[in-house]
Formats: sequence, C-alpha cells, structure tokens
Amino acid sequence: MIEVKDLYKRFEDLEVLKGISVDIKEKEVVCVIGPSGSGKSTFLRCINLLEIPSSGEIFIDGERITDKKININKMREEAGMVFQHFNLFPHKTTLENVALAPIKVRKISKAEAEKRAHDLLEKVGLLDKANVYPSSLSGGQKQRVAIARALAMRPKVMLFDEPTSALDPEMVGDVLGVMKDLAKAGMTMIVVTHEMGFAREVADRVLFMDDGIIVEQGTPEDIFSNARNERTKSFLSKVL
Amino acid sequence: MSLLSTYIEHIINVLPDLVTGSMITIEITSFALFFGMILGTISGLGKLSRTRIFRYPCIVYIDFIRGTPLLVQILLFYYGIPGLYSNATGNSLNIDPILAGIIVCSINSGAYIAEIVRAGIQSIDRGQMEAARSLGMTEKMAMREIILPQAFRRIIPPLGNEFIALLKDSSLLAVIGVHELLKTGQLYISRTFAAFPVYIAVAIMYLILTILISRLVAYSERRLGVSDRS
Repeated sequence: MIEVKDLYKRFEDLEVLKGISVDIKEKEVVCVIGPSGSGKSTFLRCINLLEIPSSGEIFIDGERITDKKININKMREEAGMVFQHFNLFPHKTTLENVALAPIKVRKISKAEAEKRAHDLLEKVGLLDKANVYPSSLSGGQKQRVAIARALAMRPKVMLFDEPTSALDPEMVGDVLGVMKDLAKAGMTMIVVTHEMGFAREVADRVLFMDDGIIVEQGTPEDIFSNARNERTKSFLSKVL
Repeated sequence: MSLLSTYIEHIINVLPDLVTGSMITIEITSFALFFGMILGTISGLGKLSRTRIFRYPCIVYIDFIRGTPLLVQILLFYYGIPGLYSNATGNSLNIDPILAGIIVCSINSGAYIAEIVRAGIQSIDRGQMEAARSLGMTEKMAMREIILPQAFRRIIPPLGNEFIALLKDSSLLAVIGVHELLKTGQLYISRTFAAFPVYIAVAIMYLILTILISRLVAYSERRLGVSDRS
C-alpha cells in the first residue's frame, strides 16, 4: 500500500536519510525505532510530504506522491498525522478541532462532521470534553483528541511521530490504548516510537533505523529477541 | 477676577470646541486604524511571502513609511502631490484636509501594523501550520482558519499601542488645517491668547481618549483570550 523507494533527504549539508526502501501492506502496523537523530521522524514526515524528499519515490496506493504534478493537499487527506506535541488548535473547542478539516477539506455538512466528531470523541473516551478548549485538557487527553482529529478525515494510513514522548508517564497508557484499538480495527499505521513494549505487542513489523538507513527489520520477535546486527543489539541493550 | 477663575472660564468656553475637535480626531483615527489594519494585514502577509513580486513592494512600503516622519508624509501628501499635479497638468487640485488626514494616517499606520501582523504570525508555533497541512488544508485555508485567528488575538496589545500612538499623532494634522482636537484649541488661543489653560485642556482631552482606548483594548483582550490560557 505504501511503497518507498531509495528515499534520500538532505538539509543543506546534513544528509538525514540515505536510501530508505520499504513496502508497507494494507492493515500492517509498522513501528520505527532507533536512536535520536537517526532520521525516523524525517522518514515519517516525508510520507505525507511535510518534508519534501531530495530524491527517491514514494507511492501510496500505487499513486506516485513524489511526482511534482500531484496535488499535495489531496494526498495529505489520505494520511493522518499525529505529532509529538499534539498541535491541537487552541482557539477551537475539542469538537471543532475534530470537525474542522472534514467540513473545510472534505466539504461534508457541519451536522454530519459534528456527528462524526462526536462518535470519534466517544471512541477515544473524551465525549465529556467536547465543548472545552484544548488548554484545559491534560497531555494524554490532547493526544487522544489529536488522534480523533486525524481519524475524522478517514485516512488510509495513520502516521504517529513519537505520540507519547511528551506525555507524563501515567498518561502514556491511555494513548497507547487508543492506538491498540486502532490497530485491531485494521488501520494501516506507521509509528515512530520509543515505547518498546508497544512495539513488541502491537507491531507486525519493527524497523530499526540508525544514521539515515534501515539497519534491520523483522517481526518484533526477530528484533527484540534475535537481533543480528551489532548496532541494533547495542541500541536495544540501552533501552530495554 | 483671580487668575484661576479666568482660566476656568476659558476652559469652560473652549470645551464645546474641543469636544467637536475630539470627534474629528476619533473619526480620523478610527478610519485610519480600520484601513491601516487592511493595509497592514496585506503587507504583513506580503512581507512573509515567498514570492519576490509580493515581498519586495511590501518591504519598500514598510521601510519608507517607518523611516520617514509622519509630519513630512502629511506635508508631502497635502502640498506636494497637488503641487506636482498642477505643475504637470496646469490645473489645480484641492484635497479635503480630513480626507487627506485619513489617507495619510491609514498609509502610515498600515506600515506599523504590517510589522505587528508579521511578528504575530511568526509567533505562532510551526506545528500549527503542519497540523493544518497534514489534515489536507491548503496553505491559504490554514492561514485563514488556523494561523490568523490565533495571531490576531496575540497582536491585540501591540495593536492597542498603535491605536494610541495614531490618535496622538493625528494632532500633526493641525498643520494642514484639519479641525481636530489640537487645532480647535489653537484657534481658540489665537482669538483669546489663553495658551496655558487651553493647552492643558487639550492635553487632558487626549489623555481621556487614550485612557478610554487602553480600557477598550484590555476589555477585548479579556474577551478574546478565553481559549488561549494554559
């Protein structure tokens, strides 16, 4: 469903991605792990073109999104993104945060968008917060709203960029719980994470990235218990 | 009659004129702020544009206005431009002083507001634009729905300062004969030579107006700030 071919990304003198190739199937949950600065987030951000690749190709459902002629906005509608720092819209209520893009971008009616938002907030357990502003939510609640907001666009794939890294430890479980439900429901997901427990339990495949390349990949079992590469072993010995 | 009672009498006599003058001052300042906001938003956005043909004219406009005195701008517009017109065409051109005042003050405040708007937009976290774009919004839509509403809330205090500065600076329009607050005082003085009490009264009138504005700004800040507190 998502096909990445020989992806390179350079920021001026710094080469962050040095040839990433990977195929991700529909309904697959892929966790990307690796040390900071390894290019995990940049890789994820390239998939919905928040970063424009320096070279290489990305296909989503057979469509070449790295094509200059493609409508980037149209393409982004299909890839929901969840950020480390939530990035909720502070001047909109929780419900408005979720309903805004379906109304403005998908052009569905306000009533229908609000019903959809209502259902999604119920799903993430925050229906009682529908009419408050993000400033009165905890970090975990904000991130669950952010997930609902991305889901409201009914994307084909969900991208998570370290979704629990900015949370207090006791909030992490709620967010991971929502993500687990999503994985069970068959959503295609790419998750950049430091939560090894989550990766082990939920991922179909784990990618270990270091220094701009995918060093090793496999099932959670392959990576966490039988890593072959020295860099993978050394990283895991530090975080597990 | 003591000096004090003479002064008080002058103040009572001049007060109706000053109230009329204040109305002109408020009228000019309000119009100028309104058009200045439009000009300022356009040129503030223009200065942030990636396209040179939008960016450069905005930079020239902002730098020229902020780098020259308002008094010079007023004289250039009111005397300079009609002068150029009559030299070029042989006909004379008369501009209504109040209209000229509104135009010059709008152009002037537009340049200052442009910088306020630019700073306001740049103060919004980059993640807001990224989140909006990741939901499929176009850059324009994200600006309108997400960035500008937040930026406008944030620029209310500096906009209030600009409003106050503009109101005080509009006194410069006295030199082209606009019957605003200062000019009405001066006209009274030229008839009566009562400089001290009248200038004091003029000063107090400006003070009252500026205090009212800062109250108004503080109020709208409270009203609009509801969701931003964290």
